[in-house]
Amino acid sequence: MDRTPAIRCRALVKDYGSLRAVDGLDLEVMGGECFGLLGPNGAGKTTTVEILEGLLEATAGTVEVLGCTWRRDARRLRERIGISLQETNLADKLTVEETLVLFRSFYAAGPEIESLLELVSLTDKRATWYTKLSGGQKQRLAVACALVGAPELLFLDEPTTGLDPQSRRQLWALIERFKAEGRTVLLTTHYMDEAERLCDRVAIVDKGKVIALGTPRELIQSLGGTEVIEFTCDGAVEEAWAKALPGVHAVKSRNDGLALTVEQLHKTLPLVLAHLQRAGRALTGLSTHHATLEDVFVNLTGRHLRD
Amino acid sequence: MELNRTTEHRHPLGQLSLMRFRIFVREPAVLFWTYGFPLLLALVLGSAFRNRPPEPVEVAVIATTGAEDCRDALARTPSVRVRWLNAQDARAALRAGKVSLVVEPDRPRTYQFDPTRPESRLARAVVDDALQRADGRVDPAPVKDRLVTEPGSRYIDFLIPGLLGFNLMQGGLWGVGFMIVDMRVRKLIKRLTATPMSRADFLLSFVLVRALFLIVELPILIGFAHWVFGVPIRGSLLLLLALGILGSLVFAGIGLLLGARPKTTQTAAGLVNLVSLPMIVCSGVFFSAARFPDVFQPVLHALPLTALIESMRTVMLDGAGLVAVAGQVLVMLLWGGFCFVVALRLFRWQ
Repeated sequence: MDRTPAIRCRALVKDYGSLRAVDGLDLEVMGGECFGLLGPNGAGKTTTVEILEGLLEATAGTVEVLGCTWRRDARRLRERIGISLQETNLADKLTVEETLVLFRSFYAAGPEIESLLELVSLTDKRATWYTKLSGGQKQRLAVACALVGAPELLFLDEPTTGLDPQSRRQLWALIERFKAEGRTVLLTTHYMDEAERLCDRVAIVDKGKVIALGTPRELIQSLGGTEVIEFTCDGAVEEAWAKALPGVHAVKSRNDGLALTVEQLHKTLPLVLAHLQRAGRALTGLSTHHATLEDVFVNLTGRHLRD
Repeated sequence: MELNRTTEHRHPLGQLSLMRFRIFVREPAVLFWTYGFPLLLALVLGSAFRNRPPEPVEVAVIATTGAEDCRDALARTPSVRVRWLNAQDARAALRAGKVSLVVEPDRPRTYQFDPTRPESRLARAVVDDALQRADGRVDPAPVKDRLVTEPGSRYIDFLIPGLLGFNLMQGGLWGVGFMIVDMRVRKLIKRLTATPMSRADFLLSFVLVRALFLIVELPILIGFAHWVFGVPIRGSLLLLLALGILGSLVFAGIGLLLGARPKTTQTAAGLVNLVSLPMIVCSGVFFSAARFPDVFQPVLHALPLTALIESMRTVMLDGAGLVAVAGQVLVMLLWGGFCFVVALRLFRWQ
């Protein structure tokens, strides 16, 4: 990994009227890493990314991309970055190939159309109109349009939102191949599995601020435990007794139940069950899973990513 | 991943123009409105207003005894159709416009008619002439009529240059203004500005493709008018084409201005209609702008569509040269230049 930052922004603020979408956000993305902005809808991810992409003007703060600023080097920067917007709509009645040739013509240098088509597995769809593509194919074409200039830095804003599992995996493979060439990726997502799989580092964003930063593993470990027990009972449950149990790092109320982050499932689970039995409460649901970035978000904010 | 760089390169302006061209020809509805509709309109209006043999004047004679001579004299006159009605029915027919004139045959002979209706004034002249002759008047000087109906003075001749102008305006306002807003709404403009694309290339491609289509559009309409209706082209065809290109650039500029800001296609459609409908009515597409009161004439002549249509009409029908239409050319240049400059300043790229 390259030690010079590909993106650096400080104290970024963006106001829409009286609404503050981005509220003093700091970010540093290293060259060659895949960096994820993870957060719920409305957290300010897209606004942040569009400022970094030079599409929006920040209200305050500084932005440096590939060592340049948008004010001075916009044209040169455009040649060096690739962008896939959230919900890209390309021209309906242009074919896949025509679209790529059009986008390719804007860049001084870039890959051959043929190799791009192959890369995004659209070779047999080259003569198909954009409107006739499936959601996954449209999204792959959008990514291909971001790659036509062989960018050093790729921005992907929610690249897999609304796609079926197979299309998502296809896109992930594509992003991994891009990353393997030592190029930098900044992606936003509200899927924690996507962030965990693709990202070297993740910033969790909420209400326009970075509330946690680190590798997915670091963030999950910051919970203290790596397992999560969730259960529901008939009626409300108190938190206090659960916090007192050995090996429990965090307790969150959820509807008629609790979510406990624990170190070792096999030690804590029997204690929980025993307590409930003594208290005469009947379980209505019980599940356990390895802690994810979702649990990190819940732990930090008390809300789910997709509330 | 083979992101191996090649520098093999196609010109972005060419590609953008190609995009506009493809989007255009792949939209059958747009093709119809551009090419089919004006032809259809010319055909329908041309046949509706084609020159018919002159209509006879409709006249009522009030049925009284002793008026038969009067009735028969009118019935013998070829350009008069006469009805024999009682006084009440005759007045009703006059009010309803079924007859243009009522004759009360008692002396002194009385003509009832509405002098604001041209056909009534015509009827009075024709009827009085016929009845005076029947009463024995002899004309002091002999006269002879020679009837002339010449291409160039018919309604279809007037209409075709109007339709050309109308078409160029619609093409510019919808084809540029509305399309730009449509691309903005679909965030296509935003996506394109996220590339190193030159913004001038983007805007220029709209204008280029408009001009390109015009080169097809103009000969089709003029050829159609010429071969089907015998509309004359008395002036220079080259000058006509040049005026068409200028007009289409002017309306591309106005379209650009209308499309510079709106964030929804509804706003854009409203703006286009707001601009085009008054001009369709006032600029002499379907009837001469000279019919409006004199106080409005300076305003009407300053409208870009009036300038375009009148210049094309004078070149086609009167065989005018460039000097004769210099005023209109200047009006168009001013409009075009103003709109382009303002549009570029106001344009909302994101």
